[in-house]
Amino acid sequence: MKDILPQIETWRSAGHRVAVATVVKVEGSAPRPVGASMAVTDSGELTGSVSGGCVETNVFEEAQEVLRTGEPRLLRYGITDEMAWDVGLACGGTIEVFVEPVAE
Amino acid sequence: MTDAIALHERYLRAVQERTPVATVTVIRGDGVGAKLVVLADEVQGTLGDAATDREATDRARALLDEGRSTSVMIGEREVYIESTPSPPTLLIIGAVHAGQALCMFAKAMGFDVIVVDAREKLATRERFPQADQIIVAWPDEAMAQLEVRPNWFIAILTHDPKFDEPAISSALQTPARYIGAIGSRKTSADRRQRLRDLGISDEDLERVRGPIGLDIGAASPEEMAISILGEIIAMRNGRGGGALTHASGSIRGQQG
Repeated sequence: MKDILPQIETWRSAGHRVAVATVVKVEGSAPRPVGASMAVTDSGELTGSVSGGCVETNVFEEAQEVLRTGEPRLLRYGITDEMAWDVGLACGGTIEVFVEPVAE
Repeated sequence: MTDAIALHERYLRAVQERTPVATVTVIRGDGVGAKLVVLADEVQGTLGDAATDREATDRARALLDEGRSTSVMIGEREVYIESTPSPPTLLIIGAVHAGQALCMFAKAMGFDVIVVDAREKLATRERFPQADQIIVAWPDEAMAQLEVRPNWFIAILTHDPKFDEPAISSALQTPARYIGAIGSRKTSADRRQRLRDLGISDEDLERVRGPIGLDIGAASPEEMAISILGEIIAMRNGRGGGALTHASGSIRGQQG
């Protein structure tokens, strides 16, 4: 989260609510390592990344739900996608992404 | 102020003060989202009970020492531990044109950057707007003021024996992870001989990368900056720096 912290703080000080999504587990080959993170605001802005662009749009939607409900979520993306969404990783690995509201 | 805000503020302050800090977050099991902020001598927050907090604190401090982030099981809970060690520092000796590009790219990569040059017309805030610190002093004087640590990287770009040699001699007194010095093959060989004549051992001279940088044919200041940062990344990961298409094994390194 450190890399995107300056942007998160800029958003927070402007009064936006922010959710952060972090890669917490990687199995096999994945575009970004554990610790990679992205943040989104309640106004629809986005910074950082958790993959090479493969799952960001879905994480973005999930993050909006996290902001709406205030409940964190653990997401799993892989080639054998356990979720109903039509998103996954091109490189064949599996990642878990934890999405939580920042400082709420 | 809620607990979550207080924890976030504590984490934020540690990062701003460049103090090593770890966060522990429950991702599966009871209390998903609960957090600990762990520093060397301080713990804030709770994951639910004291025993879990104690074990998580120990794991977090061990991971922080390694600079590694990972998810682990603690009892019935799965937690994600994120390490934020103090940032690596790039010390640029020589506030020259290539140094400006190097400063900019290194900042983008998350390095703290310190620029040193005795020439006050070169070592200016206008030329190095992103530098964390600019020191107008001779290299050996500046080095005496700085506490160089093992996650420091030193790029000597002065290209002038009267600056280079004290810079290299004093850099060799430190535990810096990387010491590189700009110059052609001839300059580098001549410099090596002069340093040997000053009594510096071959073993010490082995630590100095010169000509500095990876062999990518860099010519412009920006290309030279990329070549130097490429060498620094390769060294952090224990790699040689060739093309991936001619290599096998993992693409990604474990950064040290």
